[in-house]
Amino acid sequence: MTVMSYRDAVRGAIREAMQSDPRVFLMGEDVGHYGGCYAVSKGLLEEFGPERIRDTPLSESGFTGAGIGAAMGGLRPIVEIMTCNFSLLALDQIMNNAATIRHMSGGQFNVPVVIRMATGGGRQLGAQHSHSLEGWYAHIPGIRVLAPGTVADAGGMLAPALDDPDPVLIFENALLYNDTADVDWPASVDIDHAAVRREGTDISLITYGGSLGKTLAAADQLAAEGISAEVLDLRVLRPLDEDAILATVARTRRCVIVDEGWQSGSISAEIMARIIEKGFWYLDAPLARVCSKEVPIPYAHHLEEAALPSITGIVEACRAVLGR
Amino acid sequence: MTQASPKVWLDRQHCRELLHQMIRIRRFEEKCAELYTQEKIRGFLHLYIGEEAVAVGVMQALLPEDAIVATYREHGHALVRGVPAGSIMAEMYGKQEGCSRGRGGSMHLFDAARRFYGGNAIVGGGMPVATGLALADAMMARKQVTACFFGEGAAAEGEFHESMNLAALWRLPVLFVCENNLYAMGTALELSESQTDISAKAAAYNMQAEAVDGMNVVEVEAAARRAVAAIRETGAPYFLECRTYRFRAHSMYDPQLYRDKAEVERWTGRGPIKRFTEWALEAGEIRQADIDEIEKLVAEEVAGAVAFAEAGTFEPVADLARDVGAERRP
Repeated sequence: MTVMSYRDAVRGAIREAMQSDPRVFLMGEDVGHYGGCYAVSKGLLEEFGPERIRDTPLSESGFTGAGIGAAMGGLRPIVEIMTCNFSLLALDQIMNNAATIRHMSGGQFNVPVVIRMATGGGRQLGAQHSHSLEGWYAHIPGIRVLAPGTVADAGGMLAPALDDPDPVLIFENALLYNDTADVDWPASVDIDHAAVRREGTDISLITYGGSLGKTLAAADQLAAEGISAEVLDLRVLRPLDEDAILATVARTRRCVIVDEGWQSGSISAEIMARIIEKGFWYLDAPLARVCSKEVPIPYAHHLEEAALPSITGIVEACRAVLGR
Repeated sequence: MTQASPKVWLDRQHCRELLHQMIRIRRFEEKCAELYTQEKIRGFLHLYIGEEAVAVGVMQALLPEDAIVATYREHGHALVRGVPAGSIMAEMYGKQEGCSRGRGGSMHLFDAARRFYGGNAIVGGGMPVATGLALADAMMARKQVTACFFGEGAAAEGEFHESMNLAALWRLPVLFVCENNLYAMGTALELSESQTDISAKAAAYNMQAEAVDGMNVVEVEAAARRAVAAIRETGAPYFLECRTYRFRAHSMYDPQLYRDKAEVERWTGRGPIKRFTEWALEAGEIRQADIDEIEKLVAEEVAGAVAFAEAGTFEPVADLARDVGAERRP
């Protein structure tokens, strides 16, 4: 076991991938000389050189598309986009090329690219650096969407993502980079399944990424009140692990979904729809969810806190569903 | 790897080849237009008629290991690259014998065996991909060139500037070929660009650039050979602006309100096939019998393509979701 931070885990995974496969390289804004906007790639430039730790101009569409082309040309690029808000400048490449080319070409071409980006709010960075757009990306067929919520997943998801013959997007909640944990290293995880992080019998809390910690904390509070909550970490937002979702709901018969995205047209809405479609008869109570408020995430601390899912909000939603 | 000559050798055989390829595109697309009116082909159909000299000229400089990224007006590029006419026609029929199994249609022709990377219908969208293909070549020390075709409308897109800067900054072996036909759909160049000299934009990225008469197949070929030789020599990108003109409507839905007939007639008067034929006949490089022979061969090829498409089959609906992702993952 090794104590390490989420940031160290991502860096360690990049380093190991680059050591074991000469086709792997990292590119993005400030990944090299600056050491990475969140210091994830710090030290890698010295170790691997500027060809493979490739600083890019501020051209999200250009370098993301170049990553797609390089993947089609035989390399295994890891493209880092500073935050998911900036990824909107590359949405054309992600949606119109990476996600479509295999199907549109009748299976002749595939795009084995990994695109990592920071997501989430809580750092008073205002409305252009704080959004959670992973649920949006999970709308798109042809890509896999990962949301590592633990240090082990942060370290372990990259290798299988690079082995995937198709594009994989990894959303790293920026508040998690300093989290530390004692993990098995090298971390070995799959990128197909959700994981039950806490077992319980009264209610299921379904969440992922940056909301996992809050949800586990809420489960602790509920336990103190005599409520046994099960916490399911989705880990993979596309394709959704529907079996795991239905299984937890079948066990507890009640469910609250916690998602830092907005609720309208969101991944939380999709999860609810799947439960209604296939697990309706398991339910003893209406579903509920805790999402970000439907506002651009504001700067002021108290407003931002009010906009994002909170432990209190999760606990209250659970009490309401349980009628307590 | 063989090296294509940096010079054009205009012997009889080569003249015949250039003319043959241009006539192949012309007749193939005339048939496409006809089939469109018969509703055999649906969706958008963007014809290349009038611009044949660009694809034919540029392809002469490329080798089988080079890559091609083209636009939604790419039938000509695919044909000259060697994608079988039948598989292109079958694609437009939506048949599974098509070069993209009927999933792409006219705008999305793909052929892995010929390194033909589509068929991109987002203006400028193929440019970052071409840059990335060249990045892979550069990082793997492969002496290949990626030819990236786009219209002058792409010059207004951010992806144009981002790709040009990346390719020049990282010295990537991309041949950027701007097919400047003066209209981005229906918007004239002077209505959309503050600087209408597109090759000047490339020069601003420290990229070697030149503009040629895109209606003259020999001039295009000569410039492409120079450009490709320079790219293979230096590894750096090269920008070729081919000034050309689209004779037909933007798509089959376009009533062409934005340009007058006299302008179209002026350009058709100096059409690439007409001009080259007149020159080659006068120079004694080809004879009328050669032209007749080419027309006969092309008519047979086009008829064969239509027959192949007609005889093709539709992909079973059960396979609809096939190839959204890999069937097997490690």
